[in-house]
Amino acid sequence: MMRELYTQIIMDHYRCPRNHGALEHPDLEEHLLNPLCGDEVTVYATFDEDGGVAEARFEGSGCSISQASASMMTERLAGKSLEEAETEIDNFKAMMVGEMEFPENDELAALKGVIRYPSRIKCAVLAWTAFSNGLYSGERPGGGGDRDH
Amino acid sequence: MYDIEEIRDDFPILKREVNGKPLVYLDNAATPQKPRQVLDTLNGYYEQHNANIHRAVHRLAEEATAAYESAREKVACFLGAPETTGLIFTRSTTESINLVAHAWGRKNLHEEDEIVLTETEHHSNLVPWQLAAQATGAKLRFIPIREDGTLDMEEAQRLIGSRTKLVSCVHASNVLGTTNPIESLTELAHETGALMLVDGAQSAPHMPVSVEELGCEFFACSGHKMLGPTGVGVLWGKPEILEEMNPFLGGGEMIREVHLDHSTWNDLPYKFEAGTMNIAQAVGLGTAVDYLDELGMENVLKHERWLGEYAYSRLSEVEEITIYGPENGRTGLVSFSLPNIHPHDLSQLLDEEGVAIRSGHHCCQPLMRRLGVTATSRASFYVYNTGEDVDALVEALLLAREFFGSFSGLKL
Repeated sequence: MMRELYTQIIMDHYRCPRNHGALEHPDLEEHLLNPLCGDEVTVYATFDEDGGVAEARFEGSGCSISQASASMMTERLAGKSLEEAETEIDNFKAMMVGEMEFPENDELAALKGVIRYPSRIKCAVLAWTAFSNGLYSGERPGGGGDRDH
Repeated sequence: MYDIEEIRDDFPILKREVNGKPLVYLDNAATPQKPRQVLDTLNGYYEQHNANIHRAVHRLAEEATAAYESAREKVACFLGAPETTGLIFTRSTTESINLVAHAWGRKNLHEEDEIVLTETEHHSNLVPWQLAAQATGAKLRFIPIREDGTLDMEEAQRLIGSRTKLVSCVHASNVLGTTNPIESLTELAHETGALMLVDGAQSAPHMPVSVEELGCEFFACSGHKMLGPTGVGVLWGKPEILEEMNPFLGGGEMIREVHLDHSTWNDLPYKFEAGTMNIAQAVGLGTAVDYLDELGMENVLKHERWLGEYAYSRLSEVEEITIYGPENGRTGLVSFSLPNIHPHDLSQLLDEEGVAIRSGHHCCQPLMRRLGVTATSRASFYVYNTGEDVDALVEALLLAREFFGSFSGLKL
């Protein structure tokens, strides 16, 4: 059963996180703490001229699920338009609460096993929520700051 | 005398399985399981005596009131309180401390006054004082810990001075397994005219406690951590100080006379028991205290000290493990971490083996920072745990490490 939760892909991202480390001049920087367990993550991004995500990175400390999910998120969001990024985040959150199916051949489906462990879902969505908060915080010039959430 | 099998038989939940394995419950510092006697009391109360207390004149109300007040007597006696007038039922340790921070703090703290706490406090004995300090302009001071997790008493001596109005300290740490020298702190506090509050959430369930011997002004603890139901806590305070305090919550029961524009207050302890209390839970706590009395708190302490030290020595065998707190004189809990396995992941893997431990910051974020970690794993024991439980923990730890190790060859 643990192999369903701790998949090879998760452990791979945990051991060798992609896009790990701060960005020096980020357009988006958002820190989020999971007060229940102390996991923390800071996400960084730069935006291109059209407001799309040019680069996404993260730093943090936490369990394999939170760190692997953050790593996968940075890969997923880089190169996406603002709208696409928002949709990716919304979809991921919907998948993590079972409101949407994970597409079969999507790398993110490696996190599917987490759904069975409600206390760990918060770990999986931590970085995504941080990124979403960053998008909507209004600090970003011309960004989605006018959107309530 | 201390028949562990007989004790285990009293706890129905210990017979259940988790993931097909016998439950090994090692999260007792969060909340222990409840003996059948307590469960029977709750049922019996609702089946036979349920009524609101201190008001109606009918048989059930009289029985319910008698049961509630008898629980107060039992708990007062258990804590070594000289009388019941200072024994207030609350919802939890947290509420007990908030009561003092409001009802005493808001009235007696002023700018430049100081409240002395320690680096090891649970958020419940930190945040209420932050709020009181914000409201009054008083300042917080913190006694640091030494490398082994014990309090730096030289610093305590330096910090507790003429500006100190209150010293508030955890009796037994829920992370480090230490027992703090409350008598010495109380002496330092009293030398400067300050009051002493003891957070006994992790001491009252695990060792003999006498508020009279501790010499403190306030003592707070939680019923659910000492085999009682959730929803009932205790604040004991010196009556002469409680008497001078403002009420905490206003409402029914805590009043003597109510006019449209003002009210006067009921006698102690009712002045601090506004509204309908958690009556059944308080009665259940009375039974929990009877149960612990029957075991004998000296025996409980001895049993847990043995478990704590056995766990320390067994865990020390695990390669690369870090164990927090001193080696000797431990209470029955051990916090630890393993490199490359986050405490969350460790808990999950242990749960697979039926072993329930806690992982996280244990409501002690400042202490976690002091230890240089974001989280630890914690195994905590109680009256029904055995050496075999410790062995099961160590075995599950080794399996978890093996499982995580099986991925380490992965490359991108």
